[in-house]
Amino acid sequence: MNLKSRHAGAPAAGRVWGPRGALVLALALAPVAVVRAAAADEPPPAAPATAAALPGNTVELGAAPPAGAEVSAAPAPRAVLSATSVDLSTAVPVADHVDYTGTLRIRNEGTTALNVTRVEVAIDPAEATADGHALDKGVTRRPTTLVLDPDPGAFVLAPLEERVVTLRLTPGDARQVFSFVQFQTDDPETPRLSAKVAWHETHWLSLAIFSPLAGLLLIVLLPLALGKRFTDDMVRWLAVAVTTVPLVVAVYLFWQFDRGYGVATGSYGLQWVEHGVWIPRFNIEFYLGVDGTNVLMVLLTAFISWIAVFASWGITDKVKGYFAMFLLLEVGMLGTFVALDFFLFYVFWEVMLLPMYFLIGIWGGPNRSYAAIKFFLYTLAGSVLMLLAIIAMYYNTNPSFLVDGQVATHTFNVIEMTYHNDFSKALIGGMQLSHLAWVGLFLGFCIKIPMFPFHTWLPDAHVEAPTPISVILAAVLLKMGTYGILRFNFAALPDATHWAIDFVALFGVINIVYGAFAAMAQIMIDKKDLKKLVAYSSVSHMGYVMLGMAALTPEGMNGAMFQMWNHGLISGMLFLCVGVIYDRTHTRNVDNFGGLAAEMPVYAAVFGLALMANLGLPGLAGFISEALVFLGAFPVYTTYTVLAAVAVIVTAAYCLWALQKMFLGKFNEQWKGHVPEINGRELLTLVPLGVLVILLGFWPVPILNMINTGMADLILQVQSALPVATAVTSAVGG
Amino acid sequence: MFTNNAQSFLGYFWPETILVTGILLVLLWEVLYRPAPRAHAAALTIGTLVGSMVAMALVMMRRPEPASLFGGLMVWDPFAAFFKAAAAVTTALAVLLAWRARETEDMRLKGSAEFHALLLTTTLGIYLLSSATDLLTIFIGLETVSMTSYVLAGYHRRDRRASEAALKYVIYGGVASGAMLYGMSLMYGATGATKLVEMRAAVVTAAGIAMSPVLMLAATLVIVGFAFKIAAVPFHMWCPDVYEGAPTPVTAFFSVGPKLAGFAVFVRVFYGVFYQPGATGPGGADAVIPWQAVLGVVSVASMTLGNLAALGQTNMKRLLAYSSIAHVGYVLMGLVVATPDGLAAIVFYLVVYLAMNLGAFLVVIAMARELGSKDDPGEDLRHYQGLGVRAPLVAILLAIFLFSLTGLPPLGGFVGKYYLFASVVAKGGVWYVALAVIGILNSALSLYYYAKIVRVMFLEKPLDASPVAFARVHTIPLVALAVPVVVLGLYWGPPLALAFRTVKFIGL
Repeated sequence: MNLKSRHAGAPAAGRVWGPRGALVLALALAPVAVVRAAAADEPPPAAPATAAALPGNTVELGAAPPAGAEVSAAPAPRAVLSATSVDLSTAVPVADHVDYTGTLRIRNEGTTALNVTRVEVAIDPAEATADGHALDKGVTRRPTTLVLDPDPGAFVLAPLEERVVTLRLTPGDARQVFSFVQFQTDDPETPRLSAKVAWHETHWLSLAIFSPLAGLLLIVLLPLALGKRFTDDMVRWLAVAVTTVPLVVAVYLFWQFDRGYGVATGSYGLQWVEHGVWIPRFNIEFYLGVDGTNVLMVLLTAFISWIAVFASWGITDKVKGYFAMFLLLEVGMLGTFVALDFFLFYVFWEVMLLPMYFLIGIWGGPNRSYAAIKFFLYTLAGSVLMLLAIIAMYYNTNPSFLVDGQVATHTFNVIEMTYHNDFSKALIGGMQLSHLAWVGLFLGFCIKIPMFPFHTWLPDAHVEAPTPISVILAAVLLKMGTYGILRFNFAALPDATHWAIDFVALFGVINIVYGAFAAMAQIMIDKKDLKKLVAYSSVSHMGYVMLGMAALTPEGMNGAMFQMWNHGLISGMLFLCVGVIYDRTHTRNVDNFGGLAAEMPVYAAVFGLALMANLGLPGLAGFISEALVFLGAFPVYTTYTVLAAVAVIVTAAYCLWALQKMFLGKFNEQWKGHVPEINGRELLTLVPLGVLVILLGFWPVPILNMINTGMADLILQVQSALPVATAVTSAVGG
Repeated sequence: MFTNNAQSFLGYFWPETILVTGILLVLLWEVLYRPAPRAHAAALTIGTLVGSMVAMALVMMRRPEPASLFGGLMVWDPFAAFFKAAAAVTTALAVLLAWRARETEDMRLKGSAEFHALLLTTTLGIYLLSSATDLLTIFIGLETVSMTSYVLAGYHRRDRRASEAALKYVIYGGVASGAMLYGMSLMYGATGATKLVEMRAAVVTAAGIAMSPVLMLAATLVIVGFAFKIAAVPFHMWCPDVYEGAPTPVTAFFSVGPKLAGFAVFVRVFYGVFYQPGATGPGGADAVIPWQAVLGVVSVASMTLGNLAALGQTNMKRLLAYSSIAHVGYVLMGLVVATPDGLAAIVFYLVVYLAMNLGAFLVVIAMARELGSKDDPGEDLRHYQGLGVRAPLVAILLAIFLFSLTGLPPLGGFVGKYYLFASVVAKGGVWYVALAVIGILNSALSLYYYAKIVRVMFLEKPLDASPVAFARVHTIPLVALAVPVVVLGLYWGPPLALAFRTVKFIGL
């Protein structure tokens, strides 16, 4: 079934809230949240589109009255709410379940009597089952209700009088409820007041995002308090501590993530939602949440960052500055992956740039300055175009409500954009807005992937960056490009996705083939820089992600997402391994090595494992995701898939060649005594990655389970834009 | 009748009255005390500005409604009040900037009264210009700003660079003023009025507007005068030379103060008189004459040329001069769209720009003082090498100002630019989108030269690793200027709402 039609068809939606009634759904994140059909004889609340609700959208021009003319304010009622949000925290046991209540006070601070004509909440229990969705696993849905208890009706408040309004929630099957209560009054200035109603709003994601920020502040402030006593080691352990918090949250997320929770189940498949307003008058919200599209990325980011902290032990120059930037980078990365407000997303996206610039530029290799500015300029050039696309999309969104019930003429809410807006109708210079916006967003994201021909910043950045930053760059930052394409291009602009999907596939294959040959060239003809080899190998492997998602089949989609995760693990391992040998020999030229297996057997095993995983050896994680991608892409893009499969041979060739040159053959006596075996700290960073690579190679189900539902929903959403929707509901790994 | 009214006019005129009193006091004090210590002049100036701002706040509180003063020569409205307040803050900061600047060192001995009186007079000109609603007051205001600016630019009579700058400024300024005055006379001829409100009545009629070649020519000439004041391309040639040659505190003042006035008068004349939403002018536009297109070209030219020219600069003052030309281009976008969003975005952007640009200049002043010498003013980029190690606090603050100028979140410059671009995109249409694309690519381009400074400070090893100690009088204002830059990047709801209220009514 087409998602859009399903929501537009919610029966009660149109009655009170006008044609945009369905929009409230996005705010009421209960399993089924349908707008209340209240007393039909009452006038509808202020339509969102009315100009009066806008901040100063007119300029009055003309002669001012001459000075001396007195203007006096007429006495008027003035309605004030006691709070901007109601927390439904008081538990009230009822026969077989528990209800929750919360209160709100409205007060008249004006000089004349205030008429409150109506009080309403925007979620109605009676409609909860009318939507017809049933939870999977055979659970019968218990309805969610939120009511005024008792309903105050219309009432009059004398000056300085106040009235308490109580809300009662019967949660039913809902895990989180976001709604709002609104008052209609005759206050001439603010006739419509509203407050957010939230139940079980979690703050885990905020905790994950902002604990590194707290660490950053500590690093800045503690030297003021402790002076020289604040040693570099303390900085390092502080960094370990604050990066452990997101890791713990991510692991908790892994255990608690409801695998069957999809758009059809409710809440648009989102879990751990955090939803508040940031800049209310300008419709910018603080909106976080995870679903199948980003849950893996949160895990990956927290995990890789934690490992990278240990890999950063070798940084001895300006340690405080390094970790301050490192933690800021983690804030940006985590925020980017969980932000569901487009503006917020952009802020996090850009926040990442600065620390990356400094991390490469200050702690990097000899040519670091060039690499850093190249990275910065490339990414910024892409992201400013993305910003324009965001602005254009924003101004073409339908009116809706913020989470606290305020009327929003336009919205940055990504979920709202995805499910309740169609950008294909608006035109700019004869071009469909959705197409232009798609291109703008894609340019921003594809530079990050990086997609051929915008990839040239990547080898430079990798070669110059210190090892842990290379790890983060390859394992996390590149994924932001593909994540962004899935979340924004695919989900929010499905019609344009169909228009451009063949190019995604084509460039995916170009990435695969070009990256593989370029990596090969590093061994054969170029400067034989191992890091450059791994960098081009990343270009190649990100191509699989693009090919898989372009296929738009369950296998392809799951494969793409799983490949993002696997590439994070494998490229992380590879860069760490390169770092190990570079620390010992200060060279990365493969020709300088040989026979290292005898000197460093454990290291050889680990590096070997990483290279094998990289070439897609069956039994290791990379194989599963690449196989899924091929499986998914073959029916859709047969030629491309064949080409990509051929590139796998090249991949195998350069991986094995590198292995041979480094570890087999004659030992280079130059390094005698300079290449001690891999040490404990280095193993600590590599072993968890290696274990996961092996484990997931045999048993990928826990990971595939997490994304399966989300990917199926995403495919449905993209297909919703097709003239004839052909819903694909089966998915692998379930 | 008139006497009564004049009294109530004067009630609105307190901020200006206090300024004039202050100017006279500063000069008189010098005569009486002979020679008056610089501290006295500076204290009097700051006191005057604070008094003027307090007066403005009082007027604002007691008479919040817009009012027409002196028979329509001037107006009191929030829009004017904003520009006056911003000008007062800028001037106060300029006084602070000049306090320990290398170039104004000799003021300790003599000449401080003239300097401060000139600064105050320029401020008075900006005040007048911000609320002028008659071609006469506009011209008087503009000339007050210009004349005092010429003298301030050449404040160092013996410095050849300064003299050259002042001469260039006078010649360019004279030509621009002449052209503008000619344009104004044509406007008068075409409309038969000098009051903006009457001019508007003459050109905007309900039935639509006929294209008038005379008006076109007049408007173009007036644009020359205004564009000269804000240093927009192609009337920017004086700017880098004057900025480089003038004492840095004066340069800092020039980069904000007169521009404020320029934008205020630009909005009042072009948005106020030659624009009528819904009317049909030439080409179906709602402007009376295609001034939006002209300004659009000026805007694109300013940002592109400013940024391209800044790429190769190694003198900090010149670099910031070209950067300010580019920023004029961004701000003009808000005027080109001629919507409330655009105007509010201008107001908001100017606030952020004031803080970040003065912050950057303050660093230049502080650096010149600590590292400059008689032969080498210490303005070259190489002096900044390794500043991240030598003076981490100042280096980090400068990085904040520069990244904010680039427009990176989460800093105020990003929010300001965002709303400028948003207003352009919201307007819709191919040309506006093209303007936005050019603007935003320029924004990315500008990163190169801003980051170049950051690179020199943080990524390059210092030649001389000894720490640089900065005076408190420099570091404290720097931190104070960084606060709004950062805070406005994180939370800008109320200030932006205030900007919208500021442009709610534009008196004519």
